[in-house]
Amino acid sequence: MKKLSRNTILSIIALAAIVGFMVYAENTFNPYLLRILNLCAVYTIFAVTFNLVYGFTGQFSLGHAGFAAIGAYIGALLTMSPAQKQANFFLEPIVPFLANIELPFILAIIVGGLGAALVGSLVAWPALRLKGDYLAIATLGFSEIIRVLLVNMQPVTNGALGLKGIPDYTNLYWSWGTAAVCIFVCKRLVDSNYGHALKAIRDDEIVAEALGVSLSYHKLLAFFTSAFFIGSAGALFANLISTIDPKVFLFFLAYQIVGITVMGGMGSLTGSVISAFLYTIFLEFLRPIESPFNIGSIQVPGIPGMRMVIFSALLLMVILFYRRGLMGSSEFSWDWVVAKASALRGLFTGNGKPGTDQTGKED
Amino acid sequence: MTLPLFFQHLANGISLGSLYALIAIGYTMVYGILRLINFAHGDVVMLGAYMAFYMIAIFRLPWWVSFPVAIVITAVMGVVIERAAYKPLREFPRINLFTSAVAVSFLIENLGIVIFGGRPKAFERPAFMDITIRIGKVTIVSYTLVIILTALVLFGGLLVLVNYTKTGKAMRALSKDIETTGLMGVDTNRIISIAFAVGSALAAAGGILTAIKFPQINPLMGVMPGLKAFIAAVLGGIGNIPGAMIGGFILGVSEIMIVAFLPDLAGYRDAFAYSILILLLLFRPTGIMGEAQAEKV
Amino acid sequence: MALLKLDNTVMRFGGLTAVNKFSTEISDNELCALIGPNGSGKTTIFNIITGIYTPTSGSIRFNGTEITGMRPDLITKLGIARTFQNIRLFKGLNVVENVEVGHHLRLKSDPMSAILSLPGYKEEEANIRKEALELLGSLELAHLAYEVATSLPYGQQRKLEIARALATRPRLLLLDEPAAGMNPKEAEELMQFILHVLETFKISVFLIEHQMRVVMGICPRIIVIDHGETIAEGTPEEIQNNNRVIEAYLGVDDYAGN
Repeated sequence: MKKLSRNTILSIIALAAIVGFMVYAENTFNPYLLRILNLCAVYTIFAVTFNLVYGFTGQFSLGHAGFAAIGAYIGALLTMSPAQKQANFFLEPIVPFLANIELPFILAIIVGGLGAALVGSLVAWPALRLKGDYLAIATLGFSEIIRVLLVNMQPVTNGALGLKGIPDYTNLYWSWGTAAVCIFVCKRLVDSNYGHALKAIRDDEIVAEALGVSLSYHKLLAFFTSAFFIGSAGALFANLISTIDPKVFLFFLAYQIVGITVMGGMGSLTGSVISAFLYTIFLEFLRPIESPFNIGSIQVPGIPGMRMVIFSALLLMVILFYRRGLMGSSEFSWDWVVAKASALRGLFTGNGKPGTDQTGKED
Repeated sequence: MTLPLFFQHLANGISLGSLYALIAIGYTMVYGILRLINFAHGDVVMLGAYMAFYMIAIFRLPWWVSFPVAIVITAVMGVVIERAAYKPLREFPRINLFTSAVAVSFLIENLGIVIFGGRPKAFERPAFMDITIRIGKVTIVSYTLVIILTALVLFGGLLVLVNYTKTGKAMRALSKDIETTGLMGVDTNRIISIAFAVGSALAAAGGILTAIKFPQINPLMGVMPGLKAFIAAVLGGIGNIPGAMIGGFILGVSEIMIVAFLPDLAGYRDAFAYSILILLLLFRPTGIMGEAQAEKV
Repeated sequence: MALLKLDNTVMRFGGLTAVNKFSTEISDNELCALIGPNGSGKTTIFNIITGIYTPTSGSIRFNGTEITGMRPDLITKLGIARTFQNIRLFKGLNVVENVEVGHHLRLKSDPMSAILSLPGYKEEEANIRKEALELLGSLELAHLAYEVATSLPYGQQRKLEIARALATRPRLLLLDEPAAGMNPKEAEELMQFILHVLETFKISVFLIEHQMRVVMGICPRIIVIDHGETIAEGTPEEIQNNNRVIEAYLGVDDYAGN
């Protein structure tokens, strides 16, 4: 049997701990907390995939909201029972072939992802011709076209009324399972030679092409992969909040995702994960300030929309003063953790100087 | 489609086009000099409308005082945005500028929701703009004409500024070659600020006129006109001021005409504009009057 | 048959003619230099060969294949590699990773294998790393393999660019002012390296240079252009005594042997 390295053992232990936590949480936490944890997973996927396309491949795409919408609607339409669909589509009956379809959740997630990926691949083509902010606006336009189509295709999507009563299949296993796959795929891609090609395209596309790197292939790779996971996240989202309508997927969502990813650090998947967590939790934590609350005996009127103001102000601060974001372009590594832990231990026991790497042994 | 109806639509189209043109100029001026798409420009439109609203609603100033004052205040805001969020990033990779523009836009929209309140407010239309005029079988409300006339006057003033003043010359020079012009002794920062001020002032005018047209304002009212005005700027040739005006008119008239001739597709009118944008960017990014910008390798 | 053949290529940008009916042939295993005053169109010619520009008219054939207007990455896959006038290393990659980008076009494993760390991919990855380190070694850069590429001293960065281009295993290497910014000793070392590469890999090198001493001493064949046209072609002796060349370079210090 192959001897396992220290890092692999640590990873396995951590994974086991996380799974254990998930089982515990699913069985004991109240629905409110669970919902937050599930949302963290969804936003993590959004941030990680945006980082793949922008932080690692240099394509400023604001099309996320549209892809998520596609995934969400496909997921919803595939998991809702025929009865629920009939109840929803009272204005105009649903298109026949969708009326009776009801698929297991996993299929809904995958098909949602594939649908979004197909559309996302279409975006790769303009990405070949457009740079920087032009691509941003074009993808924004794309995303809005999708939304307009969703609003107008009554027999398919129920138009502006949206879909209500989507079964809430999303739980920690589904959401974090998908997120784990997403993180794994993106990390492997980025660390591999394909990752070199993506980063080369980001750093200097003309030179990359001159070295034989096919721009169309690699941009397509990035867009397809990210759109697939955004779509699945959309499906997870739909089955979490049970109600969706086109307004949920306004370009605002794209701005939020940009914010989360920039704050975590463009080029750091770890940063995206941490940032997504902080964002979701912070949003919930600050929810009270949007309704009236009491300081002592004084009632302070709530300020709706304040959370977003704080978030966008923070984002601007980060962009102006702390451009690297939380993690810059560094990733989490066990070596770093162990080194810090040893240094701490050294401080307490008086052995070794802080910062000395006492963990030199590696196998 | 009867002839009078056609003229009515045409008038509306030109009027809408004027609004787009007013806003598009700001985009094109900033892009010409800084090569930056000012995402926040659409929100400046909204700020102009709200400033005017508060001047009238709170300070009880007559419209002929409120509107100019609002325009001036908004122009100042435009300069502040540039100084605070764009200037510090000028020397850095362009990626940061784009993200900053997006962040600023996001922030202004959210601040708008918080400070002004998310619900739409009714905008008081000045009396003389509310007159219904009948010429033969054509019916239009006077604000349509006011919008067109105001826009024409402002365009005239702008063209004079750009073509016949030293400042205008400096702006044109900066848009051709920002580094060399700076080395020639032109105060780059001052000219850029003026460009933002003028662009924002025109956007504010556009915002106020939009408010008069609907007559309603809400914190997100600038997003759609902003995006469409950007499309108009690209259509006319981004960086080209007369192009922005032409693009605006073409877009406005087409939008109204398409909805008029194909009423069933009315819901898709926005998707239409975006499609034009994407097609333009892919097949003719230089627009109608733009010059190709070759990238030196 | 010539390795590279340019036939009456013309490049017009609007009203400006940058390249005016430029023709030439490069053979196998040949070292040839392209010189000319600033703005004479040298880099434009390189850009035409490598597909960054499509010529307004004229044709380019490589190894018998018509490559006019072909996509740059496809041209590189056929066997032409280049470096650029300004150093353009990938900032976000370290030294060895920069070189590995050059190996990428030979990667056979698909992304799925990479994601799943399948043995086929792992083997290719290891081989590429090995080759990249070897290439760096031959340029005495191996000890810097894991440094951030842009932290290297200027001369090393230029060598890294060449290593990166060589990683694509070209049959023809286009070097755009490879010795720029180097002192005479470094430039001399570099030229020796280029000769070494020529002999070892049996490739052809077509280079643009400004430093006359570098070019005259080493290149058996020199093409001189001005305003996008060839004004002289031949051995260093022939070029040095050519009146048109002397005229074109009047006033430029470089010609006197810098």
